[in-house]
Amino acid sequence: MNRVLRAALFALVVAYLIAPLLVVAGVSLNERQVLFFPPQGLSLRWYGAAFTDPSWYRPAINSLLVATFAALIAVSIALPLSYVVWRYRVRYAKAVMAMGLAPFALPPVITALGALALWIVLQSYGRPYTVVLSHGAFLTTLPLATLTVGLQNLNPQLVEAARTMGATGSAVFRTIVFPFVRPYLIAGFVFAFVLSLNEYIIAYMTVGFTFETLPVKIFASLRYGYSPVMAAISVLFFAFAVVVFAAVGRLGDLPRLLGADETD
Amino acid sequence: MNRAPAQSRPQHRRERPEAGPWPHLLLAWPSLALTVLFLVPLGTIAALGFFRRIPAGFFEVGFVTDNYARALDSFHLERLGVSVMLALAATLITLLVAVPFTFLLTRRPRRAQVPYLVLVLASLSLSEVIVGFAWSLLLSRTSGISNVLVRIGLMETAVAWSPGLWAVILAFVFVALPLAILSLYPTFSRLDQELPEAAGTMGAPPLVGFVTVVLPLVRRAVAATAALVFIFVLGAYVIPQTLGRPAHWTIPVHITDQAIMKNHLPLAAALAIVLLVMSSVIAVAIVVIVSGRPPRAEPSVPAP
Amino acid sequence: MSPPRPDLVIQGLGKRFGATVALADVDLRLPGGSLVCFVGPSGCGKTTLLRVIAGLETPSEGKVFLGERDLTRVPVHRRDVGMVFQSYALFPHLSVAENVAYGLRIRGVPRRTRLERAQELLALVQLPDVGSRRVSQLSGGMRQRVAMARALALDPALFLLDEPLSALDAKLREGMQVELRRLQRRVGITTIIVTHDQEEAMTMADLVVVMGDNRVQQVGPPLDIYRRPVNRFVAGFVGSNNFLPGRVVSPGQVEVAGVRAPLARDAAPAPLGGEVTVAVRPENLRLRAQAPAAVALHGTVVFVRDLGRVVETRVRVADQELIVSGRGGFDEGDGVWVELPESGVVALTS
Ligand SMILES: Nc1ncnc2c1ncn2[C@@H]1O[C@H](COP(=O)(O)OP(=O)(O)OP(=O)(O)O)[C@@H](O)[C@H]1O
Ligand SMILES: [Mg+2]
Repeated sequence: MNRVLRAALFALVVAYLIAPLLVVAGVSLNERQVLFFPPQGLSLRWYGAAFTDPSWYRPAINSLLVATFAALIAVSIALPLSYVVWRYRVRYAKAVMAMGLAPFALPPVITALGALALWIVLQSYGRPYTVVLSHGAFLTTLPLATLTVGLQNLNPQLVEAARTMGATGSAVFRTIVFPFVRPYLIAGFVFAFVLSLNEYIIAYMTVGFTFETLPVKIFASLRYGYSPVMAAISVLFFAFAVVVFAAVGRLGDLPRLLGADETD
Repeated sequence: MNRAPAQSRPQHRRERPEAGPWPHLLLAWPSLALTVLFLVPLGTIAALGFFRRIPAGFFEVGFVTDNYARALDSFHLERLGVSVMLALAATLITLLVAVPFTFLLTRRPRRAQVPYLVLVLASLSLSEVIVGFAWSLLLSRTSGISNVLVRIGLMETAVAWSPGLWAVILAFVFVALPLAILSLYPTFSRLDQELPEAAGTMGAPPLVGFVTVVLPLVRRAVAATAALVFIFVLGAYVIPQTLGRPAHWTIPVHITDQAIMKNHLPLAAALAIVLLVMSSVIAVAIVVIVSGRPPRAEPSVPAP
Repeated sequence: MSPPRPDLVIQGLGKRFGATVALADVDLRLPGGSLVCFVGPSGCGKTTLLRVIAGLETPSEGKVFLGERDLTRVPVHRRDVGMVFQSYALFPHLSVAENVAYGLRIRGVPRRTRLERAQELLALVQLPDVGSRRVSQLSGGMRQRVAMARALALDPALFLLDEPLSALDAKLREGMQVELRRLQRRVGITTIIVTHDQEEAMTMADLVVVMGDNRVQQVGPPLDIYRRPVNRFVAGFVGSNNFLPGRVVSPGQVEVAGVRAPLARDAAPAPLGGEVTVAVRPENLRLRAQAPAAVALHGTVVFVRDLGRVVETRVRVADQELIVSGRGGFDEGDGVWVELPESGVVALTS
């Protein structure tokens, strides 16, 4: 595979991933309430509307709240779980681990339907915390994966060295393990946060319109009345994700967080 | 994790103590949370499939097989067939792009990889809703590429490509590609650079080296990724709903329809179980065929 | 013997990685059929040079020729090289014999034939019985031999080895040095071995290329490099040396530490009256209790270390410290004469 082929493939992938967003960005600049591309007239009014129209910013706030708490729950499940699997020989830990990894081995619609069924049985359908909990469990996979990678990269001799210097179990965790896996923990939190922010089908099946999140709102307007605000919001979403991940890439070693070796 | 154990990385050896109550205390919350929020819902669906629907409310406990009978009628079986074919097509295209792309990406210096990884991560996190919206615009008559092609004189009149079969497949590939790249990434980036180089010194042109040395070493990761992507696409709801005609609606569309619009949870549950069984069987088949080995016990996940 | 092997010629070669200069101004002619060692400290560009020769890196400037053939733009798989990688790079999914036969498989040699040939090669490296094993079932030394057999399978024009012995323990390494040298003689192939062990280079090579600071510092047969280093870097890197400031006072004489010493006859000429660094090897110095007839410096013993085969004595002469290795026989605090070699000393201008 020579350079030209490689460049062509890279260009194709980048174009493929960016083209839809470019069109959305163009559409968001329309002056009138139309979805034309190239846009007719140029205006940023739909971005303004995204922040001033309560029917748009309320769902945005809801989404941010859900994502924050869901990511916290995901991390709170993943950290002790991955640590125990790494550190101790506990038989059922592997089974719990499998449960944490399984959501991504399941068609998403099934997870969503499961959540719907659960909350109906518990008579809590529509309560805001239901989506937080269901997202939290569903997205546990992400911090679990980053933390597992992180712990695999942690040389056990560091732990042994700490033990020779008198550190006990909890001290080893505080002084060696936790500082080492912190970047992986943060990365896992960020992944869970961003994916929760964007998740549709579980949110739809747990809270639906009673606690409308942004994706639910966008989908509703996709079916019942297009508006360039949707485009503006989509652009903001994408920009937000790019900024967050670029920041992670800036502050940390992104290839390593995604599972490359400790060093080149 | 789909890390290729074929790669001989030095394994740090360590003893793992069984240290009193600590591990069990630490595991209490994860076990409880995942049991209630993951295992119980699955069990509930399994049970629901046999319950009776009450027209006014949700359902009542019972043991009927009507729901499964309907889930397996010719209409739904045909839908299932369409879903599987669409997902297989999307999986195939995704892998044909993702495998060479990820390989070439991981051969770049780390710093040069970062912008691509950021783009891939941002695309992965993009809501399926936004993806559906973006592709419906891109493929529409008034704001899509066909419209642009007319402007620059490459087409006579603008046409709408959405809704349509290719709209669904293209959008499926769009959501699956980042997932596949990130799932392949750990194995590929840990692949010793010197192995394909050694093949080169023995006269293998790059493509031959790739096929004879790289592919056999990453087969497992590719198989796991194929299964992952297949399941993910098979379970997608928004894309077939927004970009497909009714003929392209997949089982998830009907599950959601039954669960939310028609208030027929037991039928939705029966459909979900059928989908689950179907997707597991095919995923296992994919793993066996692609990797040439029976699957391992652990489920595969991207990292993340 | 087969037709003469062509020389490997490198002209004006340079390689940069972004802002890092990995190699600059490399000009070399390596005679066909010889065993060449690239030696130098870590990071000096040895691996990079080997990889450029193999075609695994594209040079930023300069050319590589094998005889008349310009290899610079030839991709690795058409270069006809056999390479032993530092990690050995054996394919974990193939058996040992399949590894050795890989290049033949690429050429479309039928399975039977190529596995027979693999067997021959394994016998050549004295591993006749491991063909059907997995690579993971071999020890480090065995892997090293398999990697050599594999690199030789296509009878390449160049045999390239990147620190092939560095992962082995001292004893095994010594054995492998001899074996490698013997193997090379038998096959007669032009061979380049990268090492940062100067002793290894000196004992194995026909020709040593000393690298430092991402350049070639000196090229020559081991003894030349040892006897007539061209600069302070080479003099310090190959073997050990004492360095003293001096001045050339006549075409054959240098003034050092207040005495006039003869310059080694065939050393590089130094400009008259110029400041130079005088290099003299510890093993060429003698200790005397009384002032000898030959040129000598007077000093005080400050430290004695018995190394078994030799005794290392440090002598303070004026404000310099000289290391002398020899039979010893002096104690700390003794006054001694340090006799300079009759064959002369080396004066270095850089
Ligand atoms: N792929 C690369 N990208 C950037 N810099 C590189 C690369 N390969 C080598 N270098 C740099 O080029 C210089 C020479 O490296 P090289 O590996 O050739 O040294 P070496 O002599 O083989 O060292 P060692 O004895 O440690 O193996 C070093 O400064 C190194 O950092
Ligand atoms: Mg090196």
